[in-house]
Amino acid sequence: MLSGGLALLLLLAAPAEAGELPAARADELAHLVVNDCGSCHGLTLAGGLGPDIRPAALAGRSPEALAEVILDGRPGTAMPPWRPLLSEAEAAWIVGYLLEGPP
Amino acid sequence: MIRLLALLALVALPAAAAEVRATGGLGVVVERATGSLLVVDRTTHAALGRVTGLGDLSHASVVFSPDERFAYVFGRDGGLTKVDLTTQAIAGRVIQAGNAIGGAISDDGRLVAVSNYEPGGVRVFDADTLAPVADIPTGSKTLGLVDVPGRRFVFSLWEAGETWIADFSGGDSPAITRITGIGANPYDGMVTGDGRTYIAGLFGEDGLTAIDLWAEPPAPRRILAGYGKDDPALPVYKMPHLEGWAMAGERIALPAVGRHEILWIDSRSLEETGRTATLGQPVFAVARPDGRQVWVNFAPPDNGRIQVVDSVSGEVVRELAPGPGVLHMEFAPRGNEVWVSVRDAGRIDVYDTATFEKLAEIPADDPSGIFFTARAHRTGL
Repeated sequence: MLSGGLALLLLLAAPAEAGELPAARADELAHLVVNDCGSCHGLTLAGGLGPDIRPAALAGRSPEALAEVILDGRPGTAMPPWRPLLSEAEAAWIVGYLLEGPP
Repeated sequence: MIRLLALLALVALPAAAAEVRATGGLGVVVERATGSLLVVDRTTHAALGRVTGLGDLSHASVVFSPDERFAYVFGRDGGLTKVDLTTQAIAGRVIQAGNAIGGAISDDGRLVAVSNYEPGGVRVFDADTLAPVADIPTGSKTLGLVDVPGRRFVFSLWEAGETWIADFSGGDSPAITRITGIGANPYDGMVTGDGRTYIAGLFGEDGLTAIDLWAEPPAPRRILAGYGKDDPALPVYKMPHLEGWAMAGERIALPAVGRHEILWIDSRSLEETGRTATLGQPVFAVARPDGRQVWVNFAPPDNGRIQVVDSVSGEVVRELAPGPGVLHMEFAPRGNEVWVSVRDAGRIDVYDTATFEKLAEIPADDPSGIFFTARAHRTGL
């Protein structure tokens, strides 16, 4: 419970932390979203083997749940867990990036 | 007077001759971010020009007309573009669907087929005019589309777990053969160079399905069933591809899903004959045209490296590190050279496949797929 609560707090706090990622890492993550998320979700994120993940398609979804999907994947689907490659703060940054839409 | 005309014609010839460029040594490189195609000459390691305005080219693929003059480019956004390599200009373009995943050209060169995620199904066009010829709805994301002899196309259905054969030998209304129960979530398909064996990779199951297209009726046969049953699956950060070029001698090399391995099967019995441990999740396992080597690239985070596997011993004989974003490899038709796209470096690297020496670097904008015109004469590519 304690760790779950902490994790939730961390996730809730994440949008504020998103801006605290070093700029170079943020650039790398933006690159990762386009190229690596894009290999299933499409370069424009409009969908492919994976679903549309543009802002309109994600509207109403909680950032915490989205971060969880990124970190732990969706069992039974082609969405892999990114936890081995991304920190929770980085996943939260990606959620913010997806919800706002790439610049 | 006639002699004077002949003389004039001769004098005019050299200028005209200088403009002739045969297409047999040409190829195209897909530039994803800019939606353009780089036209290249593999014999001189040179970029000749760029064709722009092709839309979203993520995961784009290309087939060629039988005369190697036209490239048909299948874009992710559903765009089908016909590019004239002799003029380096767009000769035709249609937006045929919302979201597409590859295409094929019929053995007679008359029909171009595109498989679609959204809406699902296959659409078929006249290769000359790009006018619609047939629409084959499937109710599923449709992929693994290949051409096979007899004016036929074969493709698989992600949600339904089926493989369909569309036979256009009788005209523009295809006869459809549905092969059901091929397994859960086929993610790609390939056909052997003789057009006989279609293999669908399965994402939803440990195994693949082979279909003997010479059998009457063709039936699915599970191969490599349970190949990963001893270990939990590893995460797959990019789906592997199957390609007809995976035939290496009497064996077919297949990338495992969720395992860092190449799986070898006998091309006739389809039984497993061995495995090669690799440094990451394989994406492409492409055999050099003579079949002696298989070059393998990888999903993130290992997409900066290549391993070369000897197809006789199954041993890794070389590892190369071209840099992050190695997306595709294309061999010269005789196999002496291989071109490698290195996306993040904005570069194509050309290697000698005997010495592994890098022969050339060609700048390209976010390069992904590389396609040489010799594909025009290969079934299933």
